[in-house]
Amino acid sequence: MAGAAGPGIGPGAAGGDGDDSLYPIAVLIDELRNEDVQLRLNSIKKLSTIALALGVERTRTELLPFLTDTIYDEDEVLLALAEQLGNFTGLVGGPDFAHCLLPPLESLATVEETVVRDKAVESLRQISQEHTPVALEAHFVPLVKRLASGDWFTSRTSACGLFSVCYPRASNALKAEIRQCFRSLCTDDTPMVRRAAASKLGEFAKVLELDSVKSEIVPLFTNLASDEQDSVRLLAVEACVSIAQLLSQDDLEALVMPTLRQAAEDKSWRVRYMVADKFSELQKAVGPKITLSDLIPAFQNLLKDCEAEVRAAAAHKVKELCENLPIEGRETIIMNQILPYIKELVSDTNQHVKSALASVIMGLSTILGKENTIEHLLPLFLAQLKDECPEVRLNIISNLDCVNEVIGIRQLSQSLLPAIVELAEDAKWRVRLAIIEYMPLLAGQLGVEFFDEKLNSLCMAWLVDHVYAIREAATSNLMKLVQKFGTEWAQNTIVPKVLVMANDPNYLHRMTTLFCINALSEACGQEITTKQMLPIVLKMAGDQVANVRFNVAKSLQKIGPILDTEALQEEVKPVLQKLGQDEDMDVKYFAQEAISGIAARARKLDFPVKDSDEPSVPGADKNHFWRPRGPREDTGKFLPLMSRHKGTERLGWLPRRQERQPSVGCRCSPGQPQHWDSAAAHWGQCCQVTLCTVSRGGGM
Amino acid sequence: METKLPPASTPTSPSSPGLSPVPPPDKVDGFSRRSLRRARPRRSHSSSQFRYQSNQQELTPLPLLKADLKGKEVKRAALNELVECVGSTRGVLIEPVYPDIIRMISVNIFRTLPPSENPEFDPEEDEPNLEPSWPHLQLVYEFFLRFLESPDFQPSVAKRYVDQKFVLMLLELFDSEDPREREYLKTILHRVYGKFLGLRAYIRKQCSHIFLRFIYELEHFNGVAELLEILGSIINGFALPLKTEHKQFLVRVLIPLHSVKSLSVFHAQLAYCVVQFLEKDATLTEHVIRGLLKYWPKTCTQKEVMFLGEMEEILDVIEPSQFVKIQEPLFKQVARCVSSPHFQVAERALYFWNNEYILSLIEDNCHTVLPAVFGTLYQVSKEHWNQTIVSLIYNVLKTFMEMNGKLFDELTASYKLEKQQEQQKARERQELWQGLEELRLRRLQGTQGAKEAPLQRLTPQVAASGGQS
Repeated sequence: MAGAAGPGIGPGAAGGDGDDSLYPIAVLIDELRNEDVQLRLNSIKKLSTIALALGVERTRTELLPFLTDTIYDEDEVLLALAEQLGNFTGLVGGPDFAHCLLPPLESLATVEETVVRDKAVESLRQISQEHTPVALEAHFVPLVKRLASGDWFTSRTSACGLFSVCYPRASNALKAEIRQCFRSLCTDDTPMVRRAAASKLGEFAKVLELDSVKSEIVPLFTNLASDEQDSVRLLAVEACVSIAQLLSQDDLEALVMPTLRQAAEDKSWRVRYMVADKFSELQKAVGPKITLSDLIPAFQNLLKDCEAEVRAAAAHKVKELCENLPIEGRETIIMNQILPYIKELVSDTNQHVKSALASVIMGLSTILGKENTIEHLLPLFLAQLKDECPEVRLNIISNLDCVNEVIGIRQLSQSLLPAIVELAEDAKWRVRLAIIEYMPLLAGQLGVEFFDEKLNSLCMAWLVDHVYAIREAATSNLMKLVQKFGTEWAQNTIVPKVLVMANDPNYLHRMTTLFCINALSEACGQEITTKQMLPIVLKMAGDQVANVRFNVAKSLQKIGPILDTEALQEEVKPVLQKLGQDEDMDVKYFAQEAISGIAARARKLDFPVKDSDEPSVPGADKNHFWRPRGPREDTGKFLPLMSRHKGTERLGWLPRRQERQPSVGCRCSPGQPQHWDSAAAHWGQCCQVTLCTVSRGGGM
Repeated sequence: METKLPPASTPTSPSSPGLSPVPPPDKVDGFSRRSLRRARPRRSHSSSQFRYQSNQQELTPLPLLKADLKGKEVKRAALNELVECVGSTRGVLIEPVYPDIIRMISVNIFRTLPPSENPEFDPEEDEPNLEPSWPHLQLVYEFFLRFLESPDFQPSVAKRYVDQKFVLMLLELFDSEDPREREYLKTILHRVYGKFLGLRAYIRKQCSHIFLRFIYELEHFNGVAELLEILGSIINGFALPLKTEHKQFLVRVLIPLHSVKSLSVFHAQLAYCVVQFLEKDATLTEHVIRGLLKYWPKTCTQKEVMFLGEMEEILDVIEPSQFVKIQEPLFKQVARCVSSPHFQVAERALYFWNNEYILSLIEDNCHTVLPAVFGTLYQVSKEHWNQTIVSLIYNVLKTFMEMNGKLFDELTASYKLEKQQEQQKARERQELWQGLEELRLRRLQGTQGAKEAPLQRLTPQVAASGGQS
């Protein structure tokens, strides 16, 4: 078939080579011309395969020219092509030939679709690093210049991203030219190009000599920052961060600050938003002195901006700003210059502002210390805990740990409780879900007593919520609580309540009991599981609702590993067998699943009688995970080896089980010694029985 | 699974091991809807007055905006007077008032538009946010309009004040969410375009910048439909032959505009612009149709229907000589639409055959069009779930049969063969790629094993083995 495809297209282009060796390019051409975009896409995505098959020379002389010529396609194909070419250097013969990749990428960098262009620029940047200095000057820089003077805006925008990668390695004469090119793009007629230039200004400034930064970049920056379009001005704010890092304090004050001050008071809220959004970066870039003289007042204005978007962005930065202030005098500055504004934001009219503040305000307590927190911040926390918007309250509650460290949670607990209770009963289930997720954290901080007294009933109430997602979250919440407070606590407070629900008239509640047992058994350990939970589960196997019954089967499978052999054999097995004969199809199915699940586990649990027989060096033990072979079994089969992490996971509740590293792909010869202790032998029988059940069940 | 009902006859299983029988009344969803019932009256559209947790809250009258109420009234009255004056009195627009008038207008209407309250504003679904200062703004706009339309208005004087910067700011206002404002802006920009010849090129360029930004950067601009409407009338007045600039605008701006998500908001205006262009210069047809095929929606059926509608409008004015150039790719796309599982798309595509002019074009070129669509039509006629579509396809097939019975018979005969060939090709393709993949692996191993393995020698070997497989 290769022969058929090859000559069909090949002969004209074949040249001196034989048809056979030509077939890869014929395939590509054929596929690239296919009507189906998906097939075209596929062939482009395997471009490296083709290139490898062709070899470096033919890739350079045949494949690349072909690709360069055929760039008119669906954007998706072009995107794939642009991506592929970025990693092509090796396939065209290494860095010496990297420039061969430039022509197709140059065309791709001029297409209309932004995604394709961006990818082409990314690939070009990647390849530029692989160019030798000579090749860079001979091929790459001219390409950048060509793009920068292209007549449609697309090529000029693409060019903006390439200056910074070629500048550092260019000769001085070329450097001047490159700077000139960039300058002209910054004053381009098309706003799209100016935006692209503004967004790369910071990056370009970083690779320039300091003198050039002062003499050339700063004027460009000032210009862009006062552009007629706010979309350009706001990008200048980003550049400001990079430029400010490069300049000395005096230069900063003279060259950058006037522009920055102007940006913070720009008439367009988008620009002000950008200043607020980049505030921490700006603060770090300009240093502490200017921060105090200029940025703090600017920040105050942003916090009381007329647009909520700006206020919210500024509120988000409150903590970071305070953290980054110089430690000396920090407290006074915050108390006098920031806190008054924060106080107003607490009762802002816009909920996004309030919730932005709530997400960071707690962080201030570590900065301000205990006394200030109690005197000034606590009232704010309490006010936010009573806020009408649930998101605000949630944000406060989710950050309680910060306050806990400083003043202890007791101070808050009086107000905390009503807030939690209210969120716990919120009409929106997502709010309830969110508060459940913070429960383990809260429990840890409030302590077991407070929890039992106030919150335990809430946790139980969620178990009977009418939304499944809440019930589900409530069960896993219980598990985390048990992990936190220990098994004894579980036994006394949680388990009895959960088990009582097994007799609930509502089958959904009864199922919740099972879900809780699934979640809790692991954390509670063997004893509680066997003595308290298992009987209930087994009892529920007689439930009249099929859903409950098959969930019993699922639960048994889940808790099987925790139980000891005896319980499995004497209690679990009969019940599962009975369920395996259930009249309901699903119950039957899950019972059989459980049987085979437990049987499979039983086999894996085998371990040698005497550990001392062979030193259990990881990997040295070969006959470790074999299942025992009974008379009726096919000895040719080997079980899959248990993966290692599963072993460690179960290690906690499997007494006497040893960690072994399974040796992959080993064979067991019939003569090898087998070490079984009585328990293991018992397991073997057990699983034979169950296997029979399975095979019988499967046949039915 | 979750709400499985117990079997109809629910005898408690006789051998339930000591289980206290579960009380029988098991509902499908046993949960009381109490919390739901409670939730209902709380729905208050996030009004701060109806916050739900504070059930005690009384409604209190909002504080009166007495601050500038009086001032506002004065301003309104003054504006009303101005509107009245400029509309009815002759001879008031003397040269010295121009700068003041333009200044008054600029100060009032030029502002940074506030952030949208709803970031996912859907112009089709959501209510727009209306401009709160509209009572004043409207009067200013009204005044501006009357000023421009006044018989005394002298563009030669005004052009000193209505400059490029002014126009740019005016254009930015088209992003306003308030449709009333955009309506005024539309009329005003149209007048400005008509009266200030020197600004025309600039306005067109800025419009195209707005569109390009809309297409490639933001996907959000409220005034696209209004701008396109103005452009429609501008295009109508283009002189022939069309300048390259205008053609470029069509190909690089108007056609890509079809790819935007919110196409439905401005599609009518856009299609109008495109058809205007084609009526001016038929040679652009190929560019336009190929462009539309390039941006043909892949997943959005709603947009597909719009594209089909536009395509029919274009076909209505197409010249037969142009039709020949694009008939094949076009009808392959139409066939793909016919096979769409969404019946509205299929239906819209099949309606092409109800159009007399299109039908005559198909008939003239049936040797190309028929083979392009036949396979799909034939297949869909057997497979489509919607009976209306099936019967429409039968009608189309019938027309084909009447059009050229011989060709139809030939196509029917070769249909099966082609299907088999397709499958064969797919198999071959797979084998080819497999061969290539093997080749790649071998090369990789080759380079790993012996770094200097002679690659040249490998090639024919592997190619040969690929040929044998």
